[in-house]
Amino acid sequence: MQKDFVLEWRQKYAFNGMLLYVGSTVFICYLSFSLRFGALEVPVWNALYWIILLFTAVNAIAKGFAQESRGRLLYYYSVVSPQGVIVAKMLYNAALMLVLAVLCFGFYAVVIGNPVQDVPMFLLTILLGALGFAASLTMISGIAAKTANTGTLMAVLSFPVMVPMLLMLMKMSKNAIDGLDRSLSLDEGLVLLAINMIVVTVSYILFPYLWRS
Amino acid sequence: MKLSWWKWLTVALLLYTVVVGLLSEVPRLAILNETIRNLYFHVPMWFGMILILLVSVVYSIKYLRNPLLKNDIVAVEAAKVGILFGVLGIVTGMEWARFTWGEFWSNDPKQNASAIGLLIYFAYLILRGSFQDHQQRARISAVYNVFAFAALIPLLFILPRLTDSLHPGNGGNPGFNSYDLDSRLRAVFYPAVIGWTLLGVWVVTLRTRLEVLKQRFYENA
Repeated sequence: MQKDFVLEWRQKYAFNGMLLYVGSTVFICYLSFSLRFGALEVPVWNALYWIILLFTAVNAIAKGFAQESRGRLLYYYSVVSPQGVIVAKMLYNAALMLVLAVLCFGFYAVVIGNPVQDVPMFLLTILLGALGFAASLTMISGIAAKTANTGTLMAVLSFPVMVPMLLMLMKMSKNAIDGLDRSLSLDEGLVLLAINMIVVTVSYILFPYLWRS
Repeated sequence: MKLSWWKWLTVALLLYTVVVGLLSEVPRLAILNETIRNLYFHVPMWFGMILILLVSVVYSIKYLRNPLLKNDIVAVEAAKVGILFGVLGIVTGMEWARFTWGEFWSNDPKQNASAIGLLIYFAYLILRGSFQDHQQRARISAVYNVFAFAALIPLLFILPRLTDSLHPGNGGNPGFNSYDLDSRLRAVFYPAVIGWTLLGVWVVTLRTRLEVLKQRFYENA
């Protein structure tokens, strides 16, 4: 499992590419908005942040399976169990998403401005979001990688599945931005955790079937 | 015409639903008025949709455990009928909302959730369309079907309860099981749910038989 992690880590160019992707997206948003108004309204700021992160996640994680060469997949297949592969991929993707999300937040705050009042809470939301995105997108990317037009299917399959998660995340981060009492976000946090658990469990059970083909 | 007993039951229940549902007395409630009769047509669609999608998921799991062509056919046909019920549910709901809430689409959490649910299943059909190989298509779409259903559960059962909805029973509106669903409504509502669901099952069995015959025909041709 650790080896998988190391192997992924070697493909640094992909990671740098994603960093540049996040940076340029944020900058485009900055240019296209700030030309008209000075500062963004809080709901717009929040929505924009999660939408940037959603697209980044889809792009970053879609590569997870599509990039693997046939030979290496065959090698994994003979060496490790499918459960090991899916868990390793999920952990790697979660770490990747976490780094990307935090960097995106940092860059976003510098360029567009930072209205967040309760930063630790916001970071917790980001953590939950990164875990959730990684968990659901890893499985979807495994499915989409089997098809001919991976890019389109990745978006089509993942967006509806991620909407509930995204709604919860936006509500929770909105609470954090407004600096509301933390107990108000407890419900959303628990639901997010529950969704993550469901997704991880289902992926863990289903992945061996996907792996066989 | 030889029909088994449950098909006769379906016909009888639906005739009863339509005739009694449109002619019987209903409680007078503010705003709802006569539109409360939509309870017999709109709400059973969702019950039917969830039950039939459940059938689809069960057959997908069956396919993963035991890859028979028939299991896959039942799963996809059930998903299609589920989509049909979902579309009918949305249309009847929008028609009703036009007269009670004033607009076809009023950004109600349940409306949004059902629209997203339909998107998930449209994606399922598109996923199926993008494979050439039969076995691969069947297995991978079965995997997605189970995965999507797991994602659908929080969407349909948890999220709407966390937010206020315009739907009866939410946010202080007159409820579904409370004082106003009296025995006259129940007498039609429960048969309606059973009737519409059985009709869905009937359609699924017909479509499955047709598909199996088609497969056999192509194999022999």
